[in-house]
Amino acid sequence: MAKKMTLEELRKLREEKRADMSRRDSSGKKSQIIVGMGTCGIAAGAKETLNTFLDELDEDDLQEIVVKQSGCMGLCYAEPTVEIIVPGMPAVIYGKVDPDTAKKIIRKHIHGHILINDHIYDRPAIDIVDDLEAK
Amino acid sequence: MAFKNYILVCGGTGCESSKADEIYSGLIRECGLQGVKEDVQVVKTGCFGFCEQGPIVKILPEEAFYVQVKPEDAQEIIAEHIVKGRPVKRLLYKAKDNDPRPKMENLDFYQKQFRLVLRNCGLIDPDNIDEYIARDGYAALEKALFEMSPDDIIGELKKAQLKGRGGAGFPTWMKWNFSKQAESDIKYVVCNADEGDPGAYMDRSTLEGDPHSILEAMTIAGRAIGASEGYIYIRAEYPIAIAKLKTAMNQAREYGLLGKDILGSGFDFDIEIRLGAGAFVCGEETALLASIEGNRGMPKPRPPFPSVKGLWGKPTVINNVETWANIPVIIHNGGDWFAGIGTESSRGTKVFALTGKINNSGLVEIPMGTTLREIIFDIGGGIPNGKEFKAVQTGGPSGGVITKEYLDTPIDYENLKALGSIMGSGGMIVMDEDDCLVDVSKFYLGFCVDESCGKCAPCRVGGRTLYNILERITKGKGGMEDIENMERICRAMQKASLCGLGQTAPNPILSTLKYFNEEYMAHIKDKRCPAGKCKELITYYILADKCIGCGVCARKCPAGAISGDRRKPHLIDYDLCIKCGECKQACKFDAVMVR
Repeated sequence: MAKKMTLEELRKLREEKRADMSRRDSSGKKSQIIVGMGTCGIAAGAKETLNTFLDELDEDDLQEIVVKQSGCMGLCYAEPTVEIIVPGMPAVIYGKVDPDTAKKIIRKHIHGHILINDHIYDRPAIDIVDDLEAK
Repeated sequence: MAFKNYILVCGGTGCESSKADEIYSGLIRECGLQGVKEDVQVVKTGCFGFCEQGPIVKILPEEAFYVQVKPEDAQEIIAEHIVKGRPVKRLLYKAKDNDPRPKMENLDFYQKQFRLVLRNCGLIDPDNIDEYIARDGYAALEKALFEMSPDDIIGELKKAQLKGRGGAGFPTWMKWNFSKQAESDIKYVVCNADEGDPGAYMDRSTLEGDPHSILEAMTIAGRAIGASEGYIYIRAEYPIAIAKLKTAMNQAREYGLLGKDILGSGFDFDIEIRLGAGAFVCGEETALLASIEGNRGMPKPRPPFPSVKGLWGKPTVINNVETWANIPVIIHNGGDWFAGIGTESSRGTKVFALTGKINNSGLVEIPMGTTLREIIFDIGGGIPNGKEFKAVQTGGPSGGVITKEYLDTPIDYENLKALGSIMGSGGMIVMDEDDCLVDVSKFYLGFCVDESCGKCAPCRVGGRTLYNILERITKGKGGMEDIENMERICRAMQKASLCGLGQTAPNPILSTLKYFNEEYMAHIKDKRCPAGKCKELITYYILADKCIGCGVCARKCPAGAISGDRRKPHLIDYDLCIKCGECKQACKFDAVMVR
């Protein structure tokens, strides 16, 4: 899989991965749970949150749901933060996600398609990468 | 079954106090009344960071953003927007005319932040190079290697007018150009990831969340100046960032994006990591280079500047992490695009680490020209616990304080300097009425004294003397001659210190003396600390008419200094009191006071 690329190969890889990464298009098949694991997140307990997700999701869930990590989003006061992408629903950023809230997210949001009160935070800015696509 | 619409009501403290609860229940009620309960979910959220125009209601999936919503608007929002599908125009957010963000497609986006440096942080898995590539990663490098000459690259930087983000604000294109023009067999590219300012962590987050952006940028610089070796000097206190960088470098090497013959272009460039060892002074460029060379981190006089004679005497481009993170975007989108953001003297954005007495602390990236008020009271959500804003400190130990009357200053290099502060690397610490500015100056000065390398007398001796004077003042032993002496020493340090540490260490003192002179006077003349912070000058006492004699404070007191009979007002013994403040925290009747 990993080999030194030529210019053409790099461009081809980018095209392939771009579709995977597009967040606006929530009609992809897999759901995503993205846990912020920057230092601020870890200090606030993101490791426990991540572990809760991994423990609570069973075999069937994991066919459809992928759990990923990312860096600090800058919403440090709301850590641990988790972004939930479920097809058919808008992408949502949850903050202050302790293990109990993580369980609630699985039950209500992922399985029940209902948003959870008091934990939703907003994306801090537009995404310049996605937006510049339109240029 | 997912809902057709989601209505998000901002539940942040600002909006709560302006009736977010009523709006929330009103909307739920209207959904029921108008028969759309099954199709709509109404949710209360955390703070949206737009407090000046709250209460806020946001409708998904169309991302309609309503501001200054009133409870009576609930009926119309449901009837018009949800049932009929027509947004309520009068409530929609409209951007101001003097919006400093660039004109882009959907830029009536209400959020005041513009994430350019932090474009990928929180959006990609930093351990996965494919995700970086998908979001235009390494596209700038492609251009730099195959479509642009070294002069073209530097030309784009010149158009962009990017200034160094480490604090000095030197034009980046110029620095690179000096190195490009210098004739040498070997040249170097260095990333300053030492980030020593207390309270600043922008670089750490960028490295943890988007390490490839730095690697790509340094490779582009190598191409521009003619270097094939780079070093990232990162402080050892950032183990996660170091790990992410190492993983990223390995993945880049595997893909042939780092190392020999990159992408088949014939250009070689590789990077090594060097760790710091806990010295603030090694964030100063010449001291940093000395540290990489294996010497003690001590600054050198300049000229010659590192771009001409740097690492091992060779031409070296050394830039801060944030400066590097801007490079791929500038090359990819063009210098003119970048120059369309910000103000005339300061193009682009700046990342601030907003901390201190603030509700929404975190990293904030704003286009230059955004005002301090917008950052602190909108994005930051204001001061917690209903306290009054007192001052905001920018630029870390080299910066100064900015007071209430200057909150509407648009942020850029020139304006902050005119106010007696500096942009610095981006630390922004908010203070409220309980912070003592004399104590704050003492803290920063103490930091500089600890971190001084000791090479030059103005910093080594001057710093220590200033600290001793401030200590006496905070203990109530200061006199008016101390103010004069401090000012003299400060001026001497500014003029005669060898490097930036000594030259800027006096800034917090000079700034607080100017704007908070009355606090110094209170400490010196009245032997009083108005904010109630300086231990020697404050006394805790119990209000007899509020104390019900519950005894909680006496039990909490670690020094056994409180006595009293049950149900009778208690008393503090000043010989034993260590002024820890436990009693004040414990008292549920507001009976313990400080003066």
